[in-house]
Amino acid sequence: MLVFLVKRLMNAAGVMLAVAFLAFMIFRFVGDPVELMLNEQASQAQRDELRIRLGLDRSFLLQFATFVGNAVRGDFGISYRNQQDVFTLIAERFPATFELVLVATFLSLAVGLPLGVYTAIRRDSFLAKLLQFVSVLGVSLPSFALGILFILVFSVTLQWLPAFGRGEIVMLGGWSTGFLTPSGRLALILPGVTLSLFQITLVMRLVRAEMLETMRTDFIRFARARGLPDRSVHVRHALRNCLMPVITVTGLQIGNLIAFALVTETVFQWPGMGLLFVQAVTFVDIPVMAAYLIVVSFIFVSLNTVVDLLYAIVDPRLREDAISGAANAR
Amino acid sequence: MTKADFKPWNRAAGRLLKGAALSLALLSAGTGLAQAQGKTLKWGAAREIASLDPYSFGETFTLAVLNHVYEGLVRYTGDLKIEPALAESWETVSPTVWRFKLRPGVKFHNGNAFTADDVVASLARVTHETSPLKGNLPAYKSSRKIDDLTVEIEVNGPYPLLLNDLTNIYIFDKEWMEANNASLPTDSGKGIKGFATDNANGTGPFSVESRRADSRTVFVANPGWWDKPQHNISRIEFLPISAASTRVAALLSGEIDFTNVAPLQDLPRLSASPDVKVLQTNELRTVIFALNLKNTLFESDIKDKNPLQDKRVREALYRAIDIDAVQRRAMRGLSRNTGALIAPAIPGYTPAQDERLPFDLDGAKKLLTEAGYPNGFSFQMNCQSDGLVNEEEFCQAVAAMWSRAGLKPNLSLGPRSQQTPKRVRGEFDVISFGWANEPMIDAYSILIQVMRSKSGSGGVFNWGDWGRADIDALIDKAGVELDSAKRIPMMSEALMIAKREHLFIPLHQQPMAWAMRSSVAETVQASDNKPRLWLTRMK
Repeated sequence: MLVFLVKRLMNAAGVMLAVAFLAFMIFRFVGDPVELMLNEQASQAQRDELRIRLGLDRSFLLQFATFVGNAVRGDFGISYRNQQDVFTLIAERFPATFELVLVATFLSLAVGLPLGVYTAIRRDSFLAKLLQFVSVLGVSLPSFALGILFILVFSVTLQWLPAFGRGEIVMLGGWSTGFLTPSGRLALILPGVTLSLFQITLVMRLVRAEMLETMRTDFIRFARARGLPDRSVHVRHALRNCLMPVITVTGLQIGNLIAFALVTETVFQWPGMGLLFVQAVTFVDIPVMAAYLIVVSFIFVSLNTVVDLLYAIVDPRLREDAISGAANAR
Repeated sequence: MTKADFKPWNRAAGRLLKGAALSLALLSAGTGLAQAQGKTLKWGAAREIASLDPYSFGETFTLAVLNHVYEGLVRYTGDLKIEPALAESWETVSPTVWRFKLRPGVKFHNGNAFTADDVVASLARVTHETSPLKGNLPAYKSSRKIDDLTVEIEVNGPYPLLLNDLTNIYIFDKEWMEANNASLPTDSGKGIKGFATDNANGTGPFSVESRRADSRTVFVANPGWWDKPQHNISRIEFLPISAASTRVAALLSGEIDFTNVAPLQDLPRLSASPDVKVLQTNELRTVIFALNLKNTLFESDIKDKNPLQDKRVREALYRAIDIDAVQRRAMRGLSRNTGALIAPAIPGYTPAQDERLPFDLDGAKKLLTEAGYPNGFSFQMNCQSDGLVNEEEFCQAVAAMWSRAGLKPNLSLGPRSQQTPKRVRGEFDVISFGWANEPMIDAYSILIQVMRSKSGSGGVFNWGDWGRADIDALIDKAGVELDSAKRIPMMSEALMIAKREHLFIPLHQQPMAWAMRSSVAETVQASDNKPRLWLTRMK
């Protein structure tokens, strides 16, 4: 197990290095931060001087090496635009994104699971067909369009929910939370639902497919033959056997949600990491862009690792494989 | 020079600005005055300010917001005249030394008294080599305290625009900077951050109560402000909302009271709402096409020479533009067509500059034939997707018009951050270009920064070698002329030469729109597009 973990950690470091390398290659094409940092009255000498101070006159390999050297020591520099420590900046924004993703994940399971079971069991009913149809819409509607639609209906017309922001937040140590105030909870609804809609349809379709497959297996037939009530057959026997892939996909999708949150955060002015990144791109804020990509790739790799570990714990067969796999690697 | 000498110049600015500043009284005065304090104004902005430190990022919008907290020695009034602020009066003791009498009894938000030491320390900070705002005070040499309420500023040479520059140089409290180790500006190069990035202590009409970046910054009225408040706002919530449609929705639903960036495409919808009032006018920013006048074109089928160096070709480009169609289709009828390179409010403007060449497609074709290009030629056109107002639309419209005249423009569109480096390197034949002449609000800005041939400090934006010796001579003369009665005609003359030679192709002053709910009774919308909430009254 330990060897497995060490291997995964090295894997993570490799991925992050590769992401940073690619990022720095791209940064040469995103533009020149100096032109945005100085205003119209600055002279050419002042522009050149700032470019040299920021190290932008050096080759991208050298810039990349400097960045990695500093990052290893935990120093990501300060934002060109906000003049704040980049790591603090991202750490401040992380709770907002995480809470949004948490709500979206919860919604996707709370709504997606029952709908999936229903559409599998009553798959010929009108409602199930309607749900199937609506779920296609959910997959294909871009989230910014959906977000704007929600804002028009629930903020402008009905005036029930706020159109933007996080509402009042409470600080718990270094963690800002919107769960503890009424306005914070209200503010979570629209962006949370917008972000979760794709997720809900994904879970629903996944559960439905898995359920249909499981319902055909012999042990369900035996369960029925034993005269167990439908409820028990559906939930205790069939659904339980469907949960494994749902856990995997949900876990892996958290990484995707953090990335997708970028669009939702922009529409709802949600002060999370995505909004920070969009702003950094506009102002060619290289330290923030680099650190954001590193953090997101770290989240992806760690989620993958956690899911693999959970899988191994839940399913003994895989545990054997994992251990023998690790043994082979040794 | 004495203080009195500034009056003609201020008057000139004021006269030209007639109609640009729009003051709205939507309510009868009685109700407005009867209401006591306790008003909160929620300001939905299109973007967040860079930081609370006005010296950290050279951005006009950040400076405009922070002007509610910090003040300079002088300031612009609602109709862009310079008036005393932290300085009560000034005089020039010699052509290069200015003496300022400071306002007595002014207190910073933390209670410290405002003195000459604060001015000297602030000027040292803003002109420090790591300050991105150093360029805003180009003539500064040194400053010294004469007594507690008198300061002398020495400039490099005779310089007429020191007061204009000082409107944007905000004064910090020296003791506060020293106590918090913030005497120097922040330095992105070395990764040094500063206390002033997250904290503020000015003398302005509002002080900072709290700040969460990208969410909300709260300003509260400063009860000890030295000036008699014209506003009745006790609290401003500054709420950045970057998505335009969300900002519009927030205004319609009443979550914000005011926005300084109302999207042009939503103006009809906003106007239709009974609770929302749209304030629309034209900015100081004048949009022109600037041309590559080097010896060869950047990207063309003509390799050996540059057709744009021929005045007839430039005139053909000018005449081929149907400006009314551009205004109607690309600008939604909201731009102000112009023949001048600067807005009417800018000293240096004359009505004669504003006469456009008429739209004349046949004339344009004839001029091209005369110049030896009956079949036109191809050239590259560099426009930005996120720069000027509806830039993509007007660039596409003009490119189509030039094609109709037989030319082959090759339009390159991209975000500002990508297009700017290409422009700086001179990799273009035609660029769309906007210049507001801010912060100095004087034609000298475009003359020295854009039109001057590249030299030590001038011509930073002269990317296409369009400098001319006769214009340069006039610019250099105006740059050291302290008498505005002589200085302004010199600038007008330089602009007239550029006009006669069609060095640039003027298009329009771009539109700007604010929108506010009926909760806001009146405000002042000057053409520099800076909200001045200390001149705003709520119901």
